[in-house]
Amino acid sequence: MTMKMDLGQWQASSNASARDGRPLAIKARGLIKRFDGFTAVGGVDLSVPEGAIYGILGPNGAGKTTTLRMLLGIIDPDEGHRRVLGHERPHDIAHAIGYLPEERGLYPAMKAYEAIAFVGALRGLPMAEGRRRGRALLEEHGLGYAADRQIRQLSKGMAQQVQLLGALVHDPRLIVLDEPFSGLDALNQGKLEQMIRGLAAKGTTVIFSTHVIAHAERMCDEVAIIAGGKVPFAGPVSVARDRIPPQVRLETRATDGAWRSALPADARNEGAFWHFSLPDSGAEPLLRALIEAEAGIVSLSIERAGLHDAFVAIAGEAAAKALADEKEAGQ
Amino acid sequence: MTGRLSTFSAARVIARRDFTAILLSRSFIFFLLGPLFPVLVGAMAGGIGAKVQQSTGRPELGIAMQAGDVDAMLQARETLVPRSGNAIPPFVVLKRLQPGESFDPQAALTGKETNLAAIATGTLAAPMLTGPAGRIAAWEGPVSMVAAQALGDGPRTWPPIALSSTATSKADQRRDRLQTAQAGQMMLFLLTMLLAGMVLSNLVEEKGNKIIEILAAAIPMDAVFLGKLFAMLAVSLVGIGVWALAGAGISLIAGPLLEDLAAPAVGWPLFLTLGALYFSMGYLLIGSVFLAIGSMATTVREVQTLSMPATMLQLIVFFIASFAMARPGTTIELAAIIFPFSSPFAMLARAAQDAALWPHVAAIAWQALCVLLLVRGGAKLFRARVMQSGPAGGARKRRWFGRRKQTAR
Repeated sequence: MTMKMDLGQWQASSNASARDGRPLAIKARGLIKRFDGFTAVGGVDLSVPEGAIYGILGPNGAGKTTTLRMLLGIIDPDEGHRRVLGHERPHDIAHAIGYLPEERGLYPAMKAYEAIAFVGALRGLPMAEGRRRGRALLEEHGLGYAADRQIRQLSKGMAQQVQLLGALVHDPRLIVLDEPFSGLDALNQGKLEQMIRGLAAKGTTVIFSTHVIAHAERMCDEVAIIAGGKVPFAGPVSVARDRIPPQVRLETRATDGAWRSALPADARNEGAFWHFSLPDSGAEPLLRALIEAEAGIVSLSIERAGLHDAFVAIAGEAAAKALADEKEAGQ
Repeated sequence: MTGRLSTFSAARVIARRDFTAILLSRSFIFFLLGPLFPVLVGAMAGGIGAKVQQSTGRPELGIAMQAGDVDAMLQARETLVPRSGNAIPPFVVLKRLQPGESFDPQAALTGKETNLAAIATGTLAAPMLTGPAGRIAAWEGPVSMVAAQALGDGPRTWPPIALSSTATSKADQRRDRLQTAQAGQMMLFLLTMLLAGMVLSNLVEEKGNKIIEILAAAIPMDAVFLGKLFAMLAVSLVGIGVWALAGAGISLIAGPLLEDLAAPAVGWPLFLTLGALYFSMGYLLIGSVFLAIGSMATTVREVQTLSMPATMLQLIVFFIASFAMARPGTTIELAAIIFPFSSPFAMLARAAQDAALWPHVAAIAWQALCVLLLVRGGAKLFRARVMQSGPAGGARKRRWFGRRKQTAR
């Protein structure tokens, strides 16, 4: 949704930005970013409540990183407004933000604890305190033995953990993680999930981008789906899942017969099973029709759609719409 | 949680990190050894030149006359040389002719005698010079004087001349101070060239390490720019300090090092102070340009391509300043002083040649203003471009040669 509003409207809406009694850690309206005429982000709206675990989902090249960079003030939007922890300019509140970029980077010659202290120093933490906390964090996360090793001597996964600890060392109120799970093994992914939950439990807002939906489904209170530089959906995970109807899985003895006319048009067959969306009329009329037509029901299950299905449906819809818009604009 | 960093404090964090990292790196060792290279090259070139000159030797005048005339010519030369210095060429006896014997000077000149430039034949009363036109024109007078002396027509007495020497003449002083100015300019040029390259490679390395995004998210880009610029300045001042200490140590052991150079017009202490100031200004000016260039490049190859014009600019301003140095008070010198990039070079040369101090106050103020403007402009460009080039800003691909498909991230 592309939305334009003047600064007065924006400020008025920002002052009333609390949702569900919780103030917003991030509020963005109509963020647009173009690079050499190419629109990378075409009007992003986001509302991230404080203390939430918020997922930014989207396929590769959807505009997730560009959106995060605009929220952090790394790049400025061409249009639109953002407010991060109550500040229009993210750098004004940089000391309360932690950030793990998608492309990991540390000075190769620095020792692990110094690298953490340096990232903290950039956020206003005194170096001596940063060094002390750096060592403590490494100990706490089972990396104490690597504290005095240079970054170049660490494995990729370890270096990534060091960088993550650097994002936390100054005890931020908001943590932004760009694809934090990529490059980590299953064990460390689990640890990271635990760490994120722990941070949220302490009241820290965590916002992370991912294209692996399972992480978001397990952890997020809310998600925003970005596709083609726009946000076709933003809200609680349960609402995203409700965007598509429950899925029916039917197993029958009979392979053909009059009962098949009772199946909805989207039904697809895989061996003895049929898959389709639950009709608006519900399960009862369908069951009755199948029994009357002697389908020979072996099993029937109704499952609520997962975030993955919702994501595919919403992102696919958005991509199809973007394609149609592009075609229309070209004509 | 922590407090907000000011731009200055953020720049200090960057500068401290860069300063320590560079000081402990191999590139600082190369930086310290930097001044040795021109000295070595100069010494080698000087040695080779001396060898060449040695093997070439002074051009000689061949003598082919009657035996008695040859001896008289040699005797006359011995008498005149102490009083005429190098005006009289060295003589080499080609042949003592017997009465009636002839000699072909043209043939002798094409022979094996490598240093033979001309040949004197004939008699003392009517000598004849054979050789290239320029050479015989130059030697006509000296040969005539030697022949006259050999004939007994030279001066009978040589009145003693009282000598009263001065430390220098105006012309000598000017020439010597020009040499001092030239040495100062050369040092300034080498330093700024070396440092600008170092600051550029430091930035490219940072972009390669992907650290720039961490910095950009935490502090204003202006702070990154300033931190990097001043860290390198601090590194170079440490380097200069080390050189000064090394120079002082060497001069204690081997005697004064600056003895060969004429004292600059403003005196050595002020000249060195102005040198440090002009170096700082020159470095900040060119360093801003190089950092802004570095912000647009992602690879070493791109850096080389983009920095080529800036390197050319450095060379041109150096040549302009060198040219202007020998023409004090001319429009070209004024232009070199006003143009910000050549101003530090031109003014350092002026300090060597002119004792007036107010032009330096004015020039430093002008250069400081230019530094301020350029640093601001460079930081602005840096901020705008550094996160939008290369992989870190994958959404943006340059379209220098046609359209390319673009994706957001």
